[in-house]
This record gives sequence, C-alpha cells and structure tokens, in this order.
Amino acid sequence: MNDDTMKAGPTATGGPKITRRGLLKAGAATAGAAAMAGTASIATAPVARSAYAAGSDAPIRVGFQVHRTGIGATYGRWYERTANAAAAYMNENGGIAGRPVELVPEDDGTDPKRGAEVVEKFANQHQVDFVYGPLFSHVVIGSAPRAGELKIPYFVVSEGYHVASGTLNRYVFQPGITDVRAQVQAMAPWVTDNLGKRVTMIFPDYAFGYDHRDYFSAAVEARGGSVAAKIAIPPTESSFTRYFPQIPADTEVLYHVMVGPGVLTFVKEMGEHFGSKRPRIFGFIDSLEGVDIASPGLSFLEGTYLWEAMPRYAGGLDTAANRLYREKVGINADGASVDDPKDVSTNSHMFGCWETLYAIKQGVEQSGYRSRTPGDVAALIEAMEGFRGFNEGIGHPQGYKEFNGALHQCYGRQFISEVRGGGLEVVHTTSIEDGRYEPEADYTQQSL
Amino acid sequence: MSFGPHLLLALLEGAVTACVLAVTALGLSLVFGVMRIVNVAHGEFYMLGAVLAWFCASMVDGSPAGAFLLALLFAPLVVGALALAADWLILRRVNYHPEGTIVATIGLLYLLQQAVLSGYGPDARPVEAPVYFRVVFPWFGYSGYKLVVIGASVLLLLGTWAVMAKSKAGLYMRATQQDAEMALAHGVPVRRVYALVFAAGAMLAAVAGVLIVPIRQAHYLMGLDPLLLSFIVVIIGGLGSLRGTIVAAIVIGLSDGVISMFFSPTLAKILATLLVALVLVVRPGGLFGERG
Repeated sequence: MNDDTMKAGPTATGGPKITRRGLLKAGAATAGAAAMAGTASIATAPVARSAYAAGSDAPIRVGFQVHRTGIGATYGRWYERTANAAAAYMNENGGIAGRPVELVPEDDGTDPKRGAEVVEKFANQHQVDFVYGPLFSHVVIGSAPRAGELKIPYFVVSEGYHVASGTLNRYVFQPGITDVRAQVQAMAPWVTDNLGKRVTMIFPDYAFGYDHRDYFSAAVEARGGSVAAKIAIPPTESSFTRYFPQIPADTEVLYHVMVGPGVLTFVKEMGEHFGSKRPRIFGFIDSLEGVDIASPGLSFLEGTYLWEAMPRYAGGLDTAANRLYREKVGINADGASVDDPKDVSTNSHMFGCWETLYAIKQGVEQSGYRSRTPGDVAALIEAMEGFRGFNEGIGHPQGYKEFNGALHQCYGRQFISEVRGGGLEVVHTTSIEDGRYEPEADYTQQSL
Repeated sequence: MSFGPHLLLALLEGAVTACVLAVTALGLSLVFGVMRIVNVAHGEFYMLGAVLAWFCASMVDGSPAGAFLLALLFAPLVVGALALAADWLILRRVNYHPEGTIVATIGLLYLLQQAVLSGYGPDARPVEAPVYFRVVFPWFGYSGYKLVVIGASVLLLLGTWAVMAKSKAGLYMRATQQDAEMALAHGVPVRRVYALVFAAGAMLAAVAGVLIVPIRQAHYLMGLDPLLLSFIVVIIGGLGSLRGTIVAAIVIGLSDGVISMFFSPTLAKILATLLVALVLVVRPGGLFGERG
C-alpha cells in the first residue's frame, strides 16, 4: 500500500450524464480486489493536469475547524487525531502535489456563531487554502454561508443532508462521508424486514436529528411500516428518563440516535427504563460513539443493532487499507486508543476526516491548484465536480465511494452490527444502491 | 403508558431534581442570606464536586462504593478550601460589596470553568454509582441509585437545619444574617463567619455535584443549569430564607418533573422563569422573604 494507489485517484470524466448505476456495477466488480489491495479503479484512466506547482514547495495550508470544546468535544478530539494522522501519513508519502500539507487548527466550540468567525479567521488572518473538518450540522449550517461569501472551499465531515439538499453553496463539499438521508434509506429496509414495522424514533432536536426524522420515517413508510412516535431531545439534555413514557406501548422497534455529552446517560437510562422488557432496538452508533459498549448498565443492549459507517472493531472490516488506517490513527482492535483503552474512538465518523483530506489532495492534484486565487479555486471546484468516485485504498479505507458532483456529496456502503458479548459484530453491509435517492439540487448551476 | 404510572414516574423524576436542587440552592441561599452577596460561581462549585468525584473514581479502581464515599468526603473538603481561598483572595478585597462581588464571582466562574477545561478536558466522563439496582414497577423500571440520592439529600438538608438551629456556629450565622453590625458588637467574628458561610455554601454545592454525577456524568459546563435553577429557587423562596428555599425547590423540582414529562422540558423552564417574574411583581421579597 503506498501513495501510488492514490495517483490512480478519482475519475474525472467529462459530461455529467454518465449513469451512476453503470459505475456502481463497475465499482462492485472491482470491490473485492479493492478491498484487498486498494488499487482498483472504478472507471477509466484519470485525467490529471499538471500535478506539481513548479518551483513551489510552500505548504498547502488547510484550516482545520475542530470542535475542541462544547457538546462536540469527544468527536473533536478524535477528528483532530485522525486529521493529524492523515496529514502526517500524507506528508511521509509526498504531500499534496509534492507540497507538504499543514493543518491550522482552530476551536469553534461546537457553536455556529463561533464557527462562522473561525471560517473568517482562516480566510483573512491565517490565509489558509481551504477550510475543513466540522461535524455538527448546526455549526456547518451556521458557517457555510460565510465560506461562500469569502469564496473559500469548505470541506465538511458532517453527515447531514444539508450539503446534498442544496441548502448551502457551491464552495461546500462533503467528499468523505455519506449523508444521513442515504444512510437511513439504506438502513430502513433491513430494519423493517428483520426487526419490525412499527417504529418509534428518538433523535436530537436539531438539523441532524431532523434529517433522521424526515428521511427514515419516509423510508419506513415506503416499506409498509409506520412510525408510532417521533421524540425529539435537545442535544444539551442531561436527563432522559422523562422522555421515555412518550414511547407508545405498541412500538416494535425503538430507533435511537443521540449526540452530545449525555449519550452514555441516555443509553443507561433507556436500560433502566426497559430492563429486559424492551422492544427491539436499532440505533445509530452516534448514541454510543466514544462510549465503551461494555460500560456498566449497558448489558441490556446485548442483541440490539447499531448502524456503523465504519466498524469500530477491527474484525468488522479486515482490509489492508483499514489495518493501515487504524495503525496510523492509533486505535486498537476494539476501536479504543492504543495509549488508553478507556478512550474509545468515534470511528464511524472520524474516518471521514482522513478520506476528506485525501479527496482534497486529489482535487488539488487534478486541478493544478496552486494558491487561493479566484482562477485556481474555480479550477479546483470544477475539477471536484467532475469526480465520479473514489477508489478503496489507503486514501479511502472505509470503502469505495461514488461522488455526485452536482450535489457535492459522496456515497459509500454502510454497516449494521449486532451487540454481542459487550462488543459489536457486523451482520449486514448495505450497498451504495440501497441509499440512492432522487437528487434535489445542482450546485454546478450556481456562479462562482 | 397510562396516566397513573406516568404520573408516578414524573413525580419520581421531579423528586430527584427537587432534592438535588434543594441542596444546591440551599448553599446559594445561605451565602446570600448571611453575606448579602450573590455568588454567580455557585454552579462551578457543583461542577467541581462532580469532577472531583470522577478523580476519586479513577484513583480508587475496582470499588465504586469506596470511591464514592471517598468523593463524598474529599470533594467538599477541596471545594470548601477553594472557597475559603476565594473569600480571602477576592471577596474580602472587594469588601463584600454587592455589585463588586457579582462581577468578581463571574470572573471566578470563568476561571474555574476554564481551569477544569484545561486540566480535566472537554469530555463528559461517567462515574459508576456506588450501588446499582433497578427498582421494577409493573409498568417501568427505575434506577435504584436515584432513590438513594433522594434519601441522601433529605439527610443533608436535615443536617444543615440542625447546624443552623442547634449549633453555636448556626447561632453566629443567624445573628450575622439578622444584623451584622450588632452581631459584631456582641463579639461574633463576622469576617470569619463570612468565610465559613461561603465555604459551607460551596461545600453543599459540591456534595450535590457528587450525588448527581453517577446519574449525569462530569462535564465542565454542567454548572450552568443548576446555577440558573438555584437562582430561580432562591428568588421564589425569598432571598435568604432557608425554609423558602426548600419549599421553592420542591415546587420547582416537582413541577419540572411533571411538566417536562407530560408536556416538554422547555415548557417547564419557561413556566419556572415566568413564576420568578410573577413572584418579583407580586411579592418582591419572595414567598418567605423577610424583607419586601
């Protein structure tokens, strides 16, 4: 596994009419090989322009907007470790277009207002080339307009449907993690077929939670199921018992997704409330990101199911690329820090930082971007809008991705894992096809 | 869930909130009653209690009950010592001036919060409950530890009452509260009483923090909610009235439990804040306030 795998890179091809279905078939055919070696290419030869800026070895400066404090701090810590590991590994292997990559971190306090200020600071004070890294959707939605006004490319690792929905602007990309709409749509058939059709949803009371509420309930109803109740909980909440009586008695499946500092309390109180008389439970790993599944009080989760974007336990995705990725980021076989087994990672999200930095690398190398001039920025954006996918490999250890240039959004496979013996075992893997939806936007129509 | 069990769960949750709130607000009320100052950093003492409980738990591995008892002893002592230092270094320097202390304690709030953020980090960390059992009702299960919290809080409140009503220190405090100058003239060491009261108020908040941490986890921003609720309780109960504080804590806690469960937690907060406005208009001194 080396940097050469990446040079094969994304496929920047011409017209926007290439069907993704066709590409998917090609991708699926090569997926097996890709999983082993990461060298497969989804489509034809890459079209690369001049990859190196002659005579320039000044670093590419990437403003890293990180949730070091506030409700996103657990994610922020791991996002930072992952981004640093990606930058270090990239620099050992030639950097971006031969130039070293330098991350410039700034804490946004998981706060939308501060987020917009941080973007501005990056553009005007730090003079970075791009801004990258935020997760929480309210922060992204608060910061993205400023990035658009300042005309600085803004690469988010946020999952929210806000990028693909067309709500943001042409400077915003999400090339490293699948959006929630595609995720829940891919999950829903498995849930209704295997667990039950009468679903109660518990979700955080802000943009990210509403994506779950709207698209999962639509997907469940499309499969002949029904949603018994939709329970919104503020992400700053610290006590959850009071919400559980709203769960209707005829609930067959409890669908939970929670974020914020109170997630462990949330699952614990759910266990106290239900005990062994629980409905079947399907959750998003968000409710347990950074939390040890073997924590006291969580034994009731045994036999419940969780969505994972990237398996926490090493056995869930045993590929050469994933092994190398885990080693570089510093997580052990149980998905915790190699230095402190109690420090559990947010592995289903942070891989997006790694993959996004590699997507940026490919954008820069294919567009011939040199510095943040209007011409180079436009070339980068247009080059990335021409991408059709990313190969599985060290740059994209979670798996191959399709990329929709009009939506600025990538799509990858998803995993469903069962809680077994205080750990997680992957029981189902979805295809990209499962999460497909009708596009509702086209950023390429916006002027730069 | 039908109405009866639903109400029972709401009352249980409300009782836990009420008890912890009563202990926290009592500390704030004591400081205000005796010293006539508003301690905006009160919630941070609560947070420190929780964070210190986490430190105890990580030092004593393997025995949650032992670690918890250690925390019950250790956290209030450390926080009390810190409060004494704050009294000596800050409050005494501004001569317990009412406006000056508000600004000074806002500063203290940020100092403590940022110190914890730098030293302990931004994560919410769990502390294991000293006892773990589920009370199983026919309709739902409930954390046994939460019932322990209710019991411990009642004991603490009784203890505080006994100190205030029966001990010499309590006598000094009540004398200082009634008229500091007259108390001084009768040989009450008012400055020392101030320091003691400030420390005692902080210690009550710290104990509340230790009690709550197995339920809520320790987080550097956790002091803000109890501060707001304590202010609500102290204003409704009557500034400086310990009896009023307890009654108001029970009213606010139970109504919070019931309203948040049957309607929404946000509505519960809105109503509590409206109640404060109403009390300030109708009875500016609070329900049990001594002065109008």
